[in-house]
Amino acid sequence: MEKGSSSSATGSMQPTPSRPPPGSAGPLAWARKNLFSSPLNVALTVLGVWIIWTSVSAIYDWAIVRAVFTGSDGSACAKDGSGACWAFIAAKLDQFTYGRYPEAERWRANLTMALGALGLAGLMIPGVPRKGWVAVFTLFVFPIIAYFLLTGGSFGLKAVETELWGGLMVTLVVAVVGIVASFPIAVLLALGRRSQLPIVRYASVGFIEFVRGVPLITMLFMASVMLPLFLPDGVTFDKLLRALIGVALFEGAYLAEVIRGGLQAIPRGQYEAADALGLSYPKKMGLVVMPQALKLVIPGIVNSFIALFKDTSLVLIIGIFDLLGIVQQAVSSDARWFSPSTPLTAYVFAGFVFWIFCFGMSRYALWMERRLGNGQQR
Amino acid sequence: MAAQREKVAAQHSGAVPRSFADVLYDPRSRGLLLQALLVAAIVLLGYEVVSNATDNLQKQHIASGFGFLEHTAGFDISQSLIAYTNTSSYGRAFWVGLLNTLLVAALGVVLATAIGFIVGIARLSSNWLIARLAGVYVEVLRNIPPLLMLFAIYFAVLKTLPAPRDSIALPFHSYLNVRGLSVPSPVWQEGIWWVVAAFLIGLCAALLIWWLSARQKVSTGRTIAGAGWIGAAMVVVLPLLAFFAFNQPVVFNTPTIGRFNVTGGLTLLPELVALLGGLSLYTAAFVAEIVRAGVQGVSKGQKEAAVALGLSAGQVMRLVVIPQALRIIIPPLTNQYLNLTKNSSLAVAIGYPDLVHVFAGTVLNQTNQAIEVILITMAVYLTISLVTSVLMNWFNARMALVER
Repeated sequence: MEKGSSSSATGSMQPTPSRPPPGSAGPLAWARKNLFSSPLNVALTVLGVWIIWTSVSAIYDWAIVRAVFTGSDGSACAKDGSGACWAFIAAKLDQFTYGRYPEAERWRANLTMALGALGLAGLMIPGVPRKGWVAVFTLFVFPIIAYFLLTGGSFGLKAVETELWGGLMVTLVVAVVGIVASFPIAVLLALGRRSQLPIVRYASVGFIEFVRGVPLITMLFMASVMLPLFLPDGVTFDKLLRALIGVALFEGAYLAEVIRGGLQAIPRGQYEAADALGLSYPKKMGLVVMPQALKLVIPGIVNSFIALFKDTSLVLIIGIFDLLGIVQQAVSSDARWFSPSTPLTAYVFAGFVFWIFCFGMSRYALWMERRLGNGQQR
Repeated sequence: MAAQREKVAAQHSGAVPRSFADVLYDPRSRGLLLQALLVAAIVLLGYEVVSNATDNLQKQHIASGFGFLEHTAGFDISQSLIAYTNTSSYGRAFWVGLLNTLLVAALGVVLATAIGFIVGIARLSSNWLIARLAGVYVEVLRNIPPLLMLFAIYFAVLKTLPAPRDSIALPFHSYLNVRGLSVPSPVWQEGIWWVVAAFLIGLCAALLIWWLSARQKVSTGRTIAGAGWIGAAMVVVLPLLAFFAFNQPVVFNTPTIGRFNVTGGLTLLPELVALLGGLSLYTAAFVAEIVRAGVQGVSKGQKEAAVALGLSAGQVMRLVVIPQALRIIIPPLTNQYLNLTKNSSLAVAIGYPDLVHVFAGTVLNQTNQAIEVILITMAVYLTISLVTSVLMNWFNARMALVER
């Protein structure tokens, strides 16, 4: 710190900057400063190296050296001293991806995922032209296409019961529907909570605080056992749809608080200017306040989507086979693959898939935050 | 023309009733109209729900009301902090579940805080390697669903442990096997109350000395010499003296390994161990981030000013940085504690007898009274949340920076 400032002060007099004194730069100096600066630091470094060495060698040994990569059942994995049972993952990969979705119809799931990925990429990459149309496609057209593609029963497609859905496909369906459906709920609740009208405000506050105060499991239980009692005779909902309603309401309340944060950050002058221009309430919010507020809280929104993505695994408790549910089922009920190492392998695989999605989203949020921050610093 | 002028004049004096469009465009009346519509919608929805529910319940011959809480439960619960047998009532089962939830939440909060503070401080370490390791911990654990971690710990680790007769022996006569972790349990003998009393007396005396010392410091600038150590010694030495004076009034009941089971001692259920481990490791990742943000949130000038005043490194930390960091840390930390409490409901997936498992699971299945059971369960969690946030707001108001 001091060195930097003194060299810049003398820089105007000296045309060529002098070399740093020996021993203050380079990897050795870096190591001395960051790893061995004091006896305590040396001890910590030794501890760190020991932790890394033991864990990396144990993981390497388990996942690669002693691992079983091929086999048609669990006999090889059940041998004493064998490590990860990757053969199990290889054999079950289709099931983990699609559940019991009929094999001949799986192209529909693939096409849906591809379309979704395309739309999402268009929304998330900043330089894409015609963002408005991309948004309309991803948020309104794509869900409709996806619905008809996945459920079938029209346009000459074979109907596929949601009972047969499973695996990563269901995880993604729950997450995407949760995100898309919770968004309008959240915007309305956030506006309601900031409304001048007392009844609207109390209703929103009550709903938000209620939902945020209870665990998601109880919301899912409510959707799966209480909702059918509330419906008139003869009206029945699909089990997956009931879970989706629960998830959307739950996520809506959490997202509403994030959006409210954005609304509160907009200066009062913006509201007043919109009023002075004679804009009606919907126009004021839709054209002036919301676009700024939402842009401010994009990182918060992504974080709440990460939480939602992890929470989708809870649907297995009410009997829907998402990725974790189907992994759990395969581990506990397929006797052909029974071995001491099968469960750990399966959970490591599922954990890795969840981790990739969540870590990716969190990096995106970080990157977006930096980008938006740059824009605001000007 | 004249009529129009008359109308305008009348409007100014407010005598003529306004047209429908006028009413619709008046912000006040439009607000009223909107709220009336909302109330009507809510009432309609409520009516629809209630009438459908009563119809459906009647058709399915499901009783309603809270009378079922008095009925005999008829099922066993693997862990209960209060006396419970299968002849106890559903209401008793509710309390067993609630206490189990509170137990796991309390233990989880302590563990998560401990791990989280260690990892959070490690992330700020000047040692590059340690900081990176802590970063890896946070990034890995907070991006994996907690339910998956519970499954991994429970099914992949604890369920593959040996049977009781091949138990893994641990220090202090503890044993680990597929039935759980068995540790020696203390059995208090006569005279233990004297030890407790000695501890309380020592604590009071220590507090008195510390208080006197602090008062003297405020008035004269000098502390009572050695006040800190004298107080600490009183807290430790007095109960120890009593302990030996009353002939060590505690006996340990050590577990012994049988062929199929472990008898004696205290056995922690594997479900409890898995739930506790999963929840605290997961929550600790978030706590670590909060701690890091809190310490980094204290401005550099504060530390520099403290150093300039001649405080030692420890004093800078204890007197300047930590009090200010706590102000930033505590509100989000409470949120994490609440999350942990709510996440403890994941117990239902691995069979730990918490509130959701016992009440919203078994009791609901036996009685079929979904509405009452779910409402009670939700009300419990809601109460915990609301009480915590009220306490939090009070605490925050006390801690908040008092500015001009």
